[in-house]
Amino acid sequence: MNSETKPKGSARRQFLADTARMACGVGLLGLGVGLYARNATALPPAALRPPGALPEAEFSAACIRCGMCVRDCPFDMLMLAKPEDPMATGTPYFVARQAPCEMCEHIPCVKACPTSALDHSLTDITKARMGLAVLVDQETCLNYLGLRCDICYRVCPLLDKAITLDPQTNTRTGTHTLFIPVVHSNACTGCGLCEKACPTEIAAIKVFPLYMARGQLSAHYRLGWVEKEKAGGSLVTPDVEHQYHMPEGMKYEYGKGLSVVPPGEAAPGAVPPVPTFKALQGDKL
Amino acid sequence: MSALPHKVGAEAIAEKGWLVAHKWLILRRASQIGILLLFMVGPWFGWWIVKGNLNYSYTLGVLPLTDPYLLAQMLAAGQTPEQLAWVGVAIVVIFYLLVGGRSYCSWVCPVNLVTDLANWLRTRLGLKGGAHLARRTRYWILGMTLVVAAITGTIAWEMLNPVSMLHRGLFFGIGFAWAVILAVFLFDLFVMRQGWCGHLCPVGAFYGLIGKASLLRIKLPQRAACNDCMDCFAVCPEQQVIRPALKGINGAAPIILEAQCTNCGRCIDVCSKDVFRFGIRFGAPVPGVSGTVSPVPK
Ligand code: SF4
Ligand code: SF4
Ligand code: SF4
Ligand code: SF4
Repeated sequence: MNSETKPKGSARRQFLADTARMACGVGLLGLGVGLYARNATALPPAALRPPGALPEAEFSAACIRCGMCVRDCPFDMLMLAKPEDPMATGTPYFVARQAPCEMCEHIPCVKACPTSALDHSLTDITKARMGLAVLVDQETCLNYLGLRCDICYRVCPLLDKAITLDPQTNTRTGTHTLFIPVVHSNACTGCGLCEKACPTEIAAIKVFPLYMARGQLSAHYRLGWVEKEKAGGSLVTPDVEHQYHMPEGMKYEYGKGLSVVPPGEAAPGAVPPVPTFKALQGDKL
Repeated sequence: MSALPHKVGAEAIAEKGWLVAHKWLILRRASQIGILLLFMVGPWFGWWIVKGNLNYSYTLGVLPLTDPYLLAQMLAAGQTPEQLAWVGVAIVVIFYLLVGGRSYCSWVCPVNLVTDLANWLRTRLGLKGGAHLARRTRYWILGMTLVVAAITGTIAWEMLNPVSMLHRGLFFGIGFAWAVILAVFLFDLFVMRQGWCGHLCPVGAFYGLIGKASLLRIKLPQRAACNDCMDCFAVCPEQQVIRPALKGINGAAPIILEAQCTNCGRCIDVCSKDVFRFGIRFGAPVPGVSGTVSPVPK
């Protein structure tokens, strides 16, 4: 460009045009980068973040992709995402079925993190929530089939807290008990040891990121029994004892059925017959 | 310029010998490769001298180093680092204030090996011309990455940044990052001389901004001895920085103060007249040079 030989106004116009071109070009690039980055802020179902990781949206802002957590994990189970992985490039993750988190007592990964990406206030590994185990396949879980596999239950570092075995009648045999593994979100850290250990070809129990694993009640829902406990008593009119309406002079007993009330004995729970609709309305009809 | 085909650096080699005429280039490659090796011996042999990567590293359990550009993006995205990362960023900024911001580019960054190779090949193959982009484009991209980080609330540029992709890839598994690096290589080879590092890379631009005030600079104490062979222009990755200081344009002092100078020292190597040397920004003007500048080449 040879602006010195041109009149001043022309040079100025040229400058403005150049600047506008630059702004548009770089702006478009920025738009592309922004959209691309936004699309990669949800974690794929098989990927879990290290303990203490911030919620995904904040994590991708806080993690500087340094890999210190990867380096300081004594089990070497963390990886940094490659460009082709469907999450923010360079951020740490693990795949439970390949190598789960062994829940180190001193949480070296969190200590190594130079940012707030892994929350340094996490000092008790049992408080970590990397994900949540879900027994996804009741048709292949060996315990559901009536065997005593129990492996997920036994490898769980929070034995009898994160997974309990709930006895149920085996309706197939009619005589045996099924020991159904039930995961409890108030204890499960999402470490993935259960998924790793599940002996079926494809794990029947899987750990998902929390957004995948958890449902949520609508905000207006209240659990009556919880509210009752909080209030120290029923919040609605107390239940009346159940009463039967029997034909006059009859009574009902469990196992025996209806019988005539012997003379002189009051029928149990009997009430005066409910007034009929007609009687209530009277001559208004 | 002479009519005969002129081999860049031949005069310097004849004058000073091959080794001296490649001194800074050799030191620079040693630094680049040495730093890569320091990171490499951990994963290879389990000798953990340095952990992490160029975004943040921790050396021997005492020295944290944080990339200031990445930290800036993180702050723009609304997050704050822990204490060690703050210490790390202070050390890095002070270091580059001393040695020149874009020394990062020529002495540390692994992409420089790739783009230098592309440029070498481009010269060997005699490829000329290509696209035109203003050198200031990189500052626009730098600004854009910070704005995008602020708007999206994520460090968006890390999805594309070839610098961290290559460095991280070498020690943590490269995946398809090689394609990004190949794109940079081909761009520099066929589309534009010094296209990536000289025009687009926001990392280099950011370090350049630090370098605006840095201490270590290229000085031209012997600029009067310049015989206009143009070898320094031919090798300089940021050619525009040489002319003012060499030719004393508008009374410029014999020192390169432009932020884009990468302190690679290649001009020192290829000059048969020993015009250039490393020096510090301050101090008395080099004696005996004023008014003895050779005419500006047409
Ligand atoms: S708690 Fe231990 S095993 Fe789990 S990610 Fe951290 S360092 Fe690795
Ligand atoms: S140590 Fe922290 S900042 Fe570094 S990669 Fe791991 S989570 Fe990200
Ligand atoms: S992921 Fe599985 S093993 Fe780990 S705490 Fe939860 S239930 Fe237990
Ligand atoms: S300009 Fe960018 S890619 Fe080139 S050497 Fe500098 S930091 Fe590396």
